[in-house]
Amino acid sequence: MLCQWCQKRPASVHFTQVVNNNKVEMYLCEQCAKEKGQVTFGSPFSISDFLSGIMEFASDNGYRIQSEPRVICEKCGMTYEEFQKSGKLGCGSCYELYHDKLDLLLKRLHGNAVHCGKSPGSKQQGMALTQPKQANEIDGLKELLNKAIQNEEYEKAAEIRDRIKNLEAKQNKPV
Amino acid sequence: MLDDKESYGPDSDVVVSSRIRLARNFSKYPFPFRMSKEQGLKVLDEARESILNNEKLSNEKFLFVDVNQLDSISKHVLVEKHLISPDLEESQKDSGVIISQDGIISIMINEEDHLRLQCIFKGMNIDKAWNKCNELDNIIGEKVDFAYSNDYGYLTCCPTNVGTGIRASAMLHLPALTMTGYIRSILEACTKLNVAVRGLYGENSEASGNMFQISNQVTLGQSEEEIVSHITRIIDQIIEQERVLRLELHKQNPYKFEDRVCRSFGLLCTARIVSAEEAVKLLSDVRLGANLGIIDDIDVNKVDELMVLIQPANLQKISGSLLNPYERDIKRAELIRKTLKG
Ligand SMILES: [Zn+2]
Ligand SMILES: [Zn+2]
Repeated sequence: MLCQWCQKRPASVHFTQVVNNNKVEMYLCEQCAKEKGQVTFGSPFSISDFLSGIMEFASDNGYRIQSEPRVICEKCGMTYEEFQKSGKLGCGSCYELYHDKLDLLLKRLHGNAVHCGKSPGSKQQGMALTQPKQANEIDGLKELLNKAIQNEEYEKAAEIRDRIKNLEAKQNKPV
Repeated sequence: MLDDKESYGPDSDVVVSSRIRLARNFSKYPFPFRMSKEQGLKVLDEARESILNNEKLSNEKFLFVDVNQLDSISKHVLVEKHLISPDLEESQKDSGVIISQDGIISIMINEEDHLRLQCIFKGMNIDKAWNKCNELDNIIGEKVDFAYSNDYGYLTCCPTNVGTGIRASAMLHLPALTMTGYIRSILEACTKLNVAVRGLYGENSEASGNMFQISNQVTLGQSEEEIVSHITRIIDQIIEQERVLRLELHKQNPYKFEDRVCRSFGLLCTARIVSAEEAVKLLSDVRLGANLGIIDDIDVNKVDELMVLIQPANLQKISGSLLNPYERDIKRAELIRKTLKG
């Protein structure tokens, strides 16, 4: 496997970092591991290389099924390969289409894959995602719930609890 | 010190400016790098319509700048002033920026995302910048359907921005931490806390005038308020440390310290040829001296303005002509002398 940072030298060091209380793992070459421990001013690496590095790592671990039929986003025409290469999404629908792959990437980037910030006004017209996503979300929300209770943020805790209930109800419905 | 404290913003001895940026996309079009020419023009039109003709924003004095129509110097002036990004400067797409007359709001259209809403305030004002940017987002959000999912939040072109789409940042002047080398441990600690710190003008911190940009890395899984308060706590710590070290350095050898500051001031007030790199370094000393009361007849705002105006594009814009590097060094010295004495 190549180093996930420079994509040039073979990876030899297992590097872990804690992001949002979650452990993020990376495989780096010796040189990059050394540099990553230190400070980088305006780091020279390109974000898209870095992201596609993480994605390839995911496929190495069997997260991606081999010889999968070519997936193309109907709205923007982006293929999974293009997404993997550029590390960028083509449109909002790409997030829906590639969500099972994205969750892993987002967890590595942000330590989390569930939004808990503001939403646009009252018109909450988010997209419905499929089952596995919801299971992950429930786990994420349960973590948030514990945190909120620990911090004695009871209003927030009640809100999160309601969201979990809704999701669980949705999941138990026959598809 | 001169003037009322208000015009500097809180903690201006260390914090030059605070900024919030929100990334937003229109739900009905692909992200900019996947748009057709027609879609790009539609985004530009709809963005202008929803912002410039928005009754709730009618008291903002907005100016739309068609970035594609600007000459290269005028474009780079906006980059040096942090009103547009280098990416927008180089963009081949139909793009633009809406800037408020007071310079607080800038909204980039068709950069990496359809909209990048940005609010900048002087001093340590991340909260104020967030409130302003949040309000702006709410108002524009009434007119535009933003790409949003309940699970991932605001959808952005790059997954590093998804969720809140927020980048909270501050520009810090850290001469004492840099001189003593403690900056390294600060930067290391920040990396562990998922906060990025970069030298501002180039790789070398001396050449950057000891200016550092600090910003959050995580945008998903935390609320905007959590992100803002996390980075605020870190910045508050850095401010404390920088202040302690400034006083300590001064106490240890007041003559040497004051000599350095006053020499730098003297050089800037008299020199006839100054490179950008030298100017930024000397201005950093003057800023430090002014904030410690060693140089007392100088406005720190003017020093901060000079940091921008002495950059190549701004200097040529002020001069109204293209200048070679040698001519620039002469103009730069002239501008600094005039400003510091005025
Ligand atoms: Zn490497
Ligand atoms: Zn798409």
